[in-house]
Parts: sequence; structure tokens; C-alpha cells
Amino acid sequence: MIRFENVTKSYGKNVILRNLNFTINPGEFVVLIGPSGCGKTTTLKTINRLIEPDGGKIFIDEKDITKENPVELRRTIGYVIQQIGLFPNMTVEENIAIVPKLLKYPKEKWQGVVKELLELVGMPYEQNAHKYPSELSGGQQQRIGVLRALAASPPIVLMDEPFGALDPITRDTLQDEVRRIQKKLKKTIVFVTHDMDEALKMADVIVFMDSGKILQMASPEEMLRNPADPLIAEFMGKHMSNANMIFTAADFMKTRVTKVSRTTLTLQSIELMRNREVNSLLVINDDDTYFGSVSIEKLRSQGKPGKEIGDMVSDEAPVVNVKDDARETFDKLMTSPTGYVVVLNDDATVAGLITKTSMTKAMGEALWGEMSS
Amino acid sequence: MSWIEFIQNNQALMIECLIRHIELVVIAVGTGMVVSIPMGIFLSRHRKLANPVLTATGMIQTIPGLVMLGFALILFGIGVLPALVVLSLYALLPILRNTYTGITEVDKNIIEAARGIGMTNRQTLFKVELPLALSSIISGIRISTVYIVSWATLAGLIGAGGLGDLIWTGLATYNSVYILAGAIPSAILAFIFSGLIGMIQSVFTPRGLRGLRYDI
Repeated sequence: MIRFENVTKSYGKNVILRNLNFTINPGEFVVLIGPSGCGKTTTLKTINRLIEPDGGKIFIDEKDITKENPVELRRTIGYVIQQIGLFPNMTVEENIAIVPKLLKYPKEKWQGVVKELLELVGMPYEQNAHKYPSELSGGQQQRIGVLRALAASPPIVLMDEPFGALDPITRDTLQDEVRRIQKKLKKTIVFVTHDMDEALKMADVIVFMDSGKILQMASPEEMLRNPADPLIAEFMGKHMSNANMIFTAADFMKTRVTKVSRTTLTLQSIELMRNREVNSLLVINDDDTYFGSVSIEKLRSQGKPGKEIGDMVSDEAPVVNVKDDARETFDKLMTSPTGYVVVLNDDATVAGLITKTSMTKAMGEALWGEMSS
Repeated sequence: MSWIEFIQNNQALMIECLIRHIELVVIAVGTGMVVSIPMGIFLSRHRKLANPVLTATGMIQTIPGLVMLGFALILFGIGVLPALVVLSLYALLPILRNTYTGITEVDKNIIEAARGIGMTNRQTLFKVELPLALSSIISGIRISTVYIVSWATLAGLIGAGGLGDLIWTGLATYNSVYILAGAIPSAILAFIFSGLIGMIQSVFTPRGLRGLRYDI
């Protein structure tokens, strides 16, 4: 378990971390994400003391890490960086075995580890162990970078944008591999990225940071459903409008509708429809609750001067509640004999009307919103 | 009489001069290495000092060799010692500069990786920085050696011997045979030293670094 307690860090007047408090549970895959300069990498590096905070404390398994020797500490925490950082003067085997050798493992033991790990990522020992990093592809190099971090079986592994420099296909494969390895070996992984796709794919918990503060710490689902800040919503952009997001009838209705009392007379109603250029009216009771609707055709065929409109209403227009699911509403709209759906508030008063035009417009806005983010 | 005949007729003298010359070069460059490599490492750890020290060493390089020899003569008298002091000073700069830049130009991501996985400063130096800077350091030694082979001919002026003796005798007596008998072996010597050090360099460059040399 890693626990941050009031951790702060500044460079001169530049405040990088403002009073961070959070806990990472064992076996969790935690992704730190946020715009550049938000402090995510600094946060990561305080865990293995590459950066020392100015204030506050960090505990690993309830032990204050400042009480430990930084070199010893780092040997118990795996570390993977974006630029890979393999030692070009050492072979694949020497690179992977470096921490076990620093920890004075006997030769048979570290060789066993190297073989086992290469096996884990499908790079057979015989073909690969004696190659130099410059003889490997970018993806293979970063695999070795990950293996080097795992070699001394650290319970915690820190990864600083490890796949940022890889092509999308290789990145995808490596993400899957790291996720699989993490589950298999039950590691706690703290992973920094600026790529929301990556965060949503990998994380058990996403920590969203901005200006040295945590804006939200939540599971990917929770963050998609309830982003705590507009910046988070913006970061998640295209993911927001997918199935994880629930639209309701209210999102698609138009609120400017023509309502008339059930005691309105025929000629009055026809006049109103002509003025407003609508072809149906929503008829309400005296207490503003919905009574029914009347179309122009019905008025023409059944209406007589002096006859109240309340006598001609039909209930063929489908009715939904403002909170009803948009997809359901959409189905009703498509099968509606009147070509519209009436939306009611909880107290049965009229909230609005969904027509094919208003639906199209709202969907257009949703799409436009996605394209602009 | 051509200079080749002269060499054939004076083999004992030639060998004596050649050996003395090689001694001067090896001791001067050796001293330069012993001083410069640790100093270069020190400067890479205290980078604020690097500029003043490298500038000062560079200034030594700009003092004409004759002036330096003159001072050395006054301070240390005639013979091998003043020559070695002067040549060693000249050997410093290329090795120092290449050691310093070789270490400081090691990719800082690699250094961060080394620290991040738990190497001590000493381990980072010996397992990562020096191996990666080695090629550059050897380049510096090579440049120094070629310089010193040629500068060492000046040592003849203050009685340190070497191939310079032949050249200065030739100049004093207006005898081109002597000059060539000193100059040509000295040029060949520089060539051989350079080639030998180049071979050492490639032996010491691991396969993983060939093609991405940290040369200057």
C-alpha cells in the first residue's frame, strides 16, 4: 500500500504538488493522468525518491520512505521510463539481470529469472538474451525495459509514460501484455500517461491531476459517468458520448410548445395554430397537467364553432417522463402515429415535445460536441 | 646520401632516438591520462567548475611550445624532466575535454534509469557512465598522442633527446638528411600510434554501441 499524506513540492515559486492525499491499494493498477505540468510525473518520482517532496510524507506499507536508504528503496520498486533507458553497453540479459545482480543474487538464480521473464513476453532466451538493445525493435526494447523493472520481483512498479514513443499497434500489444503480467504477478502498478484511451484501458483507478492537485480519483467507469470537473470531461472527449453515457428524454425535447386549456374553443384554437405555425396543440387541464393532444386534421373534421377543444383530444400521442431513457423514447418516436412524443414532468405537467426535428437537432449537437473536443 | 641510407648507416642512433621519443610520448600521455580522466570525472560531478577549468587548460594549449620549454628550462634545468612536464601539460586538454563531454553527453534518461533502479553514484559511474564515455575518452587519448608525438620533437631543444635531436641538428647544420631522418620516423610514429589506439578503441566498444559512437 502506498499512502500520500499532505505531500507538497515547489521549484522556487512554481508549485508542482499541492497537498496530495491519496492511497493506492496493493495489487491496484493506478493511472496518473492530466495535462502537461499537472505534476503526475513528479508524483510518480516521489515514490522512489528520485524527487524529494518539500513537505508531507509518503508511506509504503506504513513505513515512511524518507527513513529508508533511497538506493535500497529503489531496488524494491520497479521503474520503467518512456525513453526506455536500457543500458546500450549491456546485452538484454545483462540489462534484465542488473537489479538482481545489485542485490547479489547467485548466478543460477538471476539466469533463471531472465529466462522466465523472457518467456513471459514470448522472446525466447536463446535468440534474444545476448542481443544488444540497438539490435531490437522499439517494442522489444520496451518489453525488456518492463522486464528489467520486474526482475527483482518488486511488489510495486512505477511506469512513466512507458509506451508514449511506440507506434499504436505495438503500444496496444504492450498494454495488453503489461495488464496480463500485472494480473498474473499481482503487482501494484503506478502508471503515468497523458493518453485517456490508455488510462481507460489499463486502470483500476484513475487519478486525474491538474496544477498539482487531484481533481478526481475514481474507477474508469465512474469517471466516465460522473467527471468531477469540466477539464476531465474534456480530456475524455469522445468517450463521453458512448454507451457509458446516459441520455434522457429531456436531452432531446424542445421546450417551446403550444399549450392550450381544454376549455379553448375550436375557432380560437385554429387561429392559434395558424399564428404559431404548428399542426397540433397540447391540451392541458386547469391544474396544468397534461390532458391530451389535438391535430389540425381532427379540428378540421370534428370541430364546430363554439365546441370546446377538450372534447376532441386523442391520447394516441406517446407519453414519456423527462427522465426516461433516450433510446426508449427514440423507439416511441419512430412508431408514434402523431409523429411526436409528449414529455411530462413528474407532476404530469408538460415539459416539452420530442419531434423528429428536435431529435435530429439534439443528436447533431451531441455529434458536434464530440467533433470539437 | 639520402635519409634512408642515413638511417641504415646509423641504426644504433636511430633506435636510441626512437626509443627515447616513444618514452617521452608514453610517459607524457600516461601522466595526462592519470591527471585528466579523474579530473574529467570530477568536473562532470561539479559542472559549475567545468567551464573555468576547461578554459584554463585550453589556455595552456595556446602558449607556444618554445615559450613553455623556456620556462621549464628555467624552472627544472636541462634534460628529460622539463620536457616531460611540458608535454604532459599539453596532453591534458584533449583527454580532459573528451572525458568530461563523454560523461556529460551520456543520455540523461539512461542515467535516470540507472538511479531509478537503485544504482549508487559509484555504480552509475562505473557500470554506465564510464563504459558509455569510454569511446570518447579513448578518442581524446588518441588526439593527445598524435599531438605529443609531434610536440616531443621540440624536447630535443632542451636536451631531452628523441627524434627532435636529429631535426634540431639538421636545422643547426643546414642538413636536410638529418631533418628528414627525424621528421619522417616521427610522422610514421604518429600514424602507428593513432592506428593502434583506434584498434584498442574498437575492441573496447561493445557491439551494442557500434554505430552509435559517442565520439567527438
